[in-house]
Amino acid sequence: MTRSLPWIGGAALVALPFVYRSPYPLHILIIILIWSFAYTSWSVMGRFGLVSLGHGGFMGIGAYVTALAWNYGHVSPWIGIPLALLAGAGLAALVAYPCFRFRITGHYFALVTLALSGIVLQVITATRDHTGGSLGYTPERYHGGNSLWALQFSDKTTWYLIALAVWAVGLYVWHRVDRSMLRYALEAISEDEDAAAATGVHVTAEKLKITVLSAAMTALAGALYCQYQMFISPDTVSGISVSLQMVFAVVVGGIYVSLGPTIGAVITILMAEVLRISFGTRAVGWDNLVYGVLLVLFIVFLPKGILGSLLDLRRRAGWISS
Amino acid sequence: MLGMYGMYFLYTVYHAPIGLAAAVCILGVGILGVMLHVLVIAPLLGAAPINQLLATGGVLFFLQSAATVLFGIEFKNLGLRLPVLKVAGMFVSFSRLLAFAAALIGMVLVYLLLTRTYTGTAIRAIAQDRQIMPLMGVNSRRIYLITSGLGGALAGLAACLLVLQYDVHPFVGLSFGPITFLICVLGSLGNFVGGFVAAFVFAEIISVGGLYLDLEWGYVFAFAFFIVMMFVRPEGLMARRS
Repeated sequence: MTRSLPWIGGAALVALPFVYRSPYPLHILIIILIWSFAYTSWSVMGRFGLVSLGHGGFMGIGAYVTALAWNYGHVSPWIGIPLALLAGAGLAALVAYPCFRFRITGHYFALVTLALSGIVLQVITATRDHTGGSLGYTPERYHGGNSLWALQFSDKTTWYLIALAVWAVGLYVWHRVDRSMLRYALEAISEDEDAAAATGVHVTAEKLKITVLSAAMTALAGALYCQYQMFISPDTVSGISVSLQMVFAVVVGGIYVSLGPTIGAVITILMAEVLRISFGTRAVGWDNLVYGVLLVLFIVFLPKGILGSLLDLRRRAGWISS
Repeated sequence: MLGMYGMYFLYTVYHAPIGLAAAVCILGVGILGVMLHVLVIAPLLGAAPINQLLATGGVLFFLQSAATVLFGIEFKNLGLRLPVLKVAGMFVSFSRLLAFAAALIGMVLVYLLLTRTYTGTAIRAIAQDRQIMPLMGVNSRRIYLITSGLGGALAGLAACLLVLQYDVHPFVGLSFGPITFLICVLGSLGNFVGGFVAAFVFAEIISVGGLYLDLEWGYVFAFAFFIVMMFVRPEGLMARRS
């Protein structure tokens, strides 16, 4: 039963847009899926105590490299997105390698990556002649915004399926990491680096692997967001606030479970939307107000997040036999 | 941010004298610092340090949105015009001079407190080893409260000085917070002179970079400088060599 549950759920999600095709809920679902993927990418490394605040930077690079390559070089996103992934992974390696080599960990690692996402944000804003700066940037439409070559679709169902597929890939990667030797190595490292090194774990290499993987996935999320929204601005896809948004959503959802980041995305995005719809412009700030309180409460009382704590409860009640 | 709002309301709306407003703000933010400690940090003392960081981030979120809800997102300022001094062909705004002097005095006072009093010694000791201090007969809870209050009060002082130069809006804290963090680490945590020097270096990089290129490039250089310095001297600029 529990084994077939993911397949049933997956089939239901795939079938959804063919049964129910109202554009607004579909749009919300797509946004949730894209951000879920981004949050999952963060948690791939975040769960090993590698708290990076640089992921806003990687996401921004993913989005802007794809868009700039398309507008200036007329490079199809099919090539542009891999380029963006390479750029994100390259930047991650460039910063993370010295970090791990010189054993910059914990708070210090968080701060170095914080500076990194600050740099990406400021560079995008500073090169406003090419990137549009704070005003944002739009990839040029091609054939009325509906073309496989340009990866632009006017149909929401198509986007929903793409986002769903990418999100599923994200979960798959999470599970692959979960079952790999890498996981054991990284858990050992997060407990004690010296002890891990003494047992033959190549600390720098293992940490670098997971960081580059996570950064590339985040860049993909950025590129996807750019292609779907057809509008990016430095504040929505890059910078320190996006990094924090990722960390917070994952913490709320549950950092140690595969669907935790997804739950985090569902909760935070739905809450913002519901408050926005029910209160309109009077609700400016209310969503973050609730969010901030929840966050503090979660960190103090439920450090495993909503899903993590629920699963714990179930396990304690003995509902899961496997 | 709250200190700056406090100044704005006390001075502009309630017409309190500016000295009194500043005193109330410093005291008020100090009390908030203590509250933050009791409500959020204290339950997390045993948890991973990163959780404390995230929890205070949540508090920041909360306060920002509370300010948005209560005060709106308009930029507000004191409307106070302080004279501009002309010294040897340079124009120096009085408010910045005042900020510099007050910050310097505040720093010296805190330095004296930390090095010359019993409480200060206890604070420095507790920073080194949290478990041992209670055994040495120090009431660690009290020290935590004093430190939080002191930290809050200093933030209040900074707010009083910043509000003279900058407009207040709910997200004003974000433009100072991360940089404050970086500067502290750059100057090595807990090292006073280091923090002072690092603040100078950082400010110079931002200003000079901003002068020749855009202001954004100044920040880019400053952040990049921070990253490189972390690689070269992970203990901070002024770390004592052991």
